Amino acid sequence: MAGTTTPATAGIDPAMGTTQPAPEAFVASVGFWGSVGRKLVRDPVAMTAAAIILVIVVVAILAPWITPMDPYRGSMLRRLKPIGDATYILGSDELGRDMLSRLMMGGRLSLFIGVTPVILAFIIGSGIGILAGYVGGWLNVVLMRTIDVFFAFPSVLLAIALSGALGAGVLNSIVSLTCVFVPQIARVAESVTTQIRSRDYVDAAKLSGASTFTILRVQVLGNVLGPIFVYSTSLISVSMILASGLSFLGLGVKPPEPEWGLMLNTLRTAIYVNPMVAALPGLAIFIVSISFNLFSDGLRSAMEVKS
Amino acid sequence: MTTVADIRDRGGPAQPLLTVDGLIKHFPIKKGLGGKKAVVRAVDGVDFEILKGETLGIVGESGCGKSTTAKLIMGLIAHDSGNLLFDGETIGSRALPMRQFRAQTQMVFQDSYSSLNPRMTVEASIAFGPQVHGIPTRQAIERARSLLARVGLEPTRFAARYPHELSGGQRQRVNIARALALEPRLVVLDEAVSALDKSVEAQVLNLLLDLKQDFNLTYLFISHDLNVVRFICDRVAVMYLGQVVEIGPADTVLASPSHPYTAALLSSMPSLDPDNRTQVAPLAGDPPNPIDPPSGCRFHPRCTLAEPVCSAKVPPLDTVVDLHRVACLARQPGSGHSAANALVAA
Amino acid sequence: MTVPVPSAPLSPASPTGPAVAIRNLSVTFGGRVRAVDGVDLVLERGQAVALIGESGSGKSVTLRAIMRLNPENKTKIEGTITVAGQDVMSMSKKELTRLRGRAVAMIFQEPLLALDPVYTVGRQITEAIRRHEGLGEGEARARALELFERVRIPSPQRRLDAYPHEMSGGMRQRAMIALALACRPKVLLADEPTTALDATVQIQILLLLRELQAELGLSTIFVTHDLGAAVEVADRIAVMYAGRIVEAGTARQVVLSPNHPYTIGLLSSRADGALVKGSRLETIPGSPPDLANRKPGCPFAPRCFLAVDKCHREVPPALEVAPGHAVACWRSDDAAAAFRERLAAPAAA
Repeated sequence: MAGTTTPATAGIDPAMGTTQPAPEAFVASVGFWGSVGRKLVRDPVAMTAAAIILVIVVVAILAPWITPMDPYRGSMLRRLKPIGDATYILGSDELGRDMLSRLMMGGRLSLFIGVTPVILAFIIGSGIGILAGYVGGWLNVVLMRTIDVFFAFPSVLLAIALSGALGAGVLNSIVSLTCVFVPQIARVAESVTTQIRSRDYVDAAKLSGASTFTILRVQVLGNVLGPIFVYSTSLISVSMILASGLSFLGLGVKPPEPEWGLMLNTLRTAIYVNPMVAALPGLAIFIVSISFNLFSDGLRSAMEVKS
Repeated sequence: MTTVADIRDRGGPAQPLLTVDGLIKHFPIKKGLGGKKAVVRAVDGVDFEILKGETLGIVGESGCGKSTTAKLIMGLIAHDSGNLLFDGETIGSRALPMRQFRAQTQMVFQDSYSSLNPRMTVEASIAFGPQVHGIPTRQAIERARSLLARVGLEPTRFAARYPHELSGGQRQRVNIARALALEPRLVVLDEAVSALDKSVEAQVLNLLLDLKQDFNLTYLFISHDLNVVRFICDRVAVMYLGQVVEIGPADTVLASPSHPYTAALLSSMPSLDPDNRTQVAPLAGDPPNPIDPPSGCRFHPRCTLAEPVCSAKVPPLDTVVDLHRVACLARQPGSGHSAANALVAA
Repeated sequence: MTVPVPSAPLSPASPTGPAVAIRNLSVTFGGRVRAVDGVDLVLERGQAVALIGESGSGKSVTLRAIMRLNPENKTKIEGTITVAGQDVMSMSKKELTRLRGRAVAMIFQEPLLALDPVYTVGRQITEAIRRHEGLGEGEARARALELFERVRIPSPQRRLDAYPHEMSGGMRQRAMIALALACRPKVLLADEPTTALDATVQIQILLLLRELQAELGLSTIFVTHDLGAAVEVADRIAVMYAGRIVEAGTARQVVLSPNHPYTIGLLSSRADGALVKGSRLETIPGSPPDLANRKPGCPFAPRCFLAVDKCHREVPPALEVAPGHAVACWRSDDAAAAFRERLAAPAAA
């Protein structure tokens, strides 16, 4: 048992790299994202949620070609048909339009105005947060205190106020929702980055003479984007509900455009006549947002690295 | 292995590789809301030299400033005052810009897990440094693999692994390989083996000795474990509350310490002899806080030799014999300490 | 630290038997990782046993099993554990609560995790005493003060009103010991209590533990990875490897005449063993086995300098080589001889 376990390899000559070519087959590691994917596939809840989201997205994209009826054409004679009607599978709305077609078509706008603000906020918020977290010092103080101002208002109130100030419309509701989510994402990004910055491997990278930009790109980004991404996916459900809320209040999508929140609003009057049909858009919002939440939960647990 | 002259060598073998001169770092802290400002005197006037090819150990307890000293040397934090010279040139000066200094000095940290990027393969982590310095990716990866082999990790099995797929000992080998990837002359080992199991620690210590020979390295070895320091170091500096209290050849300092603190550290080590267990703890209480260090000799409140003069006078780091220097009034003739007067009489 | 519920004092079921007896204990995590694999351990009353081993050897898991502290839903515990003659394995939740902190107390490596950050240390101790002994506020505080003096906390009166974060590392460790002693336990379980401390503080705590053990007649199990610390406090030492006790005996027997190649490896890989400058340390080659994929035979065989075919096939039973000195090794005689030889000719390699 004498000696070390070190194989008797000759010392590498000063001009390293001139050693004999590296040996053949390297055992490939699955890689971090590979292992995340593997764990995610084994998580039945996350997979079910992903499947639901996928189906809804595909239906929304293909809606103009696959809706069974014209979602805009109503009939005063066939208003508020119940679910299970011979022509209208999911009933008809207060203007006699096919609910199924409108729900399919409405998914387009609902998903668009729900997901886009989160994507935009992810880009802007990560940028601000990572910068504040990595640079630290007074820049951190200035950026984060400014961000803190936004936290003084409840997000619903903030969204309504911004939308109201900007005026109704799809674009404005996206802008106002983006403004609601940027501070939240920036704060998460900042705290994750501050944590990563104190790791020894960032110091080691500094010691190797790398520039700040290189360190950010190679060492920091990969480690912070994951957690920020997970947090952002969990915001999609909130965003969808808020977007629908804005439409419900008349600050988002304008009729007769089908959108789940707006549909919920216009069907409000029918709640005593045909409550089941009136609840359908709400159910759609509920299913999509809970699916996004469950998927982001699964993603988070799959990304946990055991040490 | 014959020592081939390094082309980067400037001053010849007699010139110290690193000179630390009057190094000071105080961290400001705020006490409570609107409370008065205090400073942590983490490093408070440290001088030492690291000779070419030697291993200098720094020992001391938590809060003594040994890790801060390492970070100051590496430029990870800026020092308040003092000079750092690498092979005769001031670090960060025009003659030796930071980037050029860092290519010649590398560091291995205590926490093997935190010092590797969890999202990067082992070979990518090692190749990162050379890539930064303009070595093409393929060559950098090749170098990483040959270094992995050199630190005892079969490249075919380990190169593509991620840090969490390795044991603590294996990760620390990777960290050592990464430190060597830039062909440094000085390697700072900050508690590099402290977190390892004893049997693994022995393997890594042997590896460090082998690498030192093969690559003509100079080590600054920071540790709290006197046994390990005695084994691996040529010279040792003992730090207490931000200052060096004793420095000299490891065999001398750890066999016949001159400073009462060094003596206390030594006798605090468990004996490993069931028939001769420790009966009295050499020191009472915890190491004091470097926020408000005691006056005079900082060790005097815990010292068995303390006399009134010790709280009044700051002991200078004085020579005992040859390279062995100690900062203790009891060892300094003419200091006014009764033991010192006895020294003169004898 | 769990605070006991007020109830009848623990009945001394068998006043003469061992303080703790563990028979054939196995602990499996998640159905795959067999962290402890057939451990037998007896702690006599008033004795201090050190369980030593490296990370993953199962020493802490064994200690936690005595209090059934391992997460219930993921852990499978087999075997029997008795504390003062009472079967721990069959205890109800309520009985366990009474056991923890009362008959058995535990101290940890990190006192900050055991002490509640929002209460002063004194309050935590007086609460524990009051609930346990039904004393009034004043009396309980007097006893807390007495405990603080006993664990040698300077200016104890003032320290009772300190919060855990206001104390230094060594002081916190002393406060945690005081809290552990608050309910006059008979058995003290210590999980690496000095590992995080500086050397000069570590020796103080080791001496304190030794002193308390002798004065209070405590039976102590002391888990550590440091042979030196073990020798300072323990009467007996049990060396664990891969979830098994491979060698157990008095501190003298284990340190001065080891019979297991692993113990010998641990002793000779210590840096203080190498006397010649520039010499290499003796090492145990390889790394510990994967506990999820146990191979047949002795778990140490792949790293052992004495291993023969039989070692890779059959698990060696623990056999007594001297009174009170048990070793689980097929070649313990050769190992002992190799160690004596090594002592005679100090490392010159």
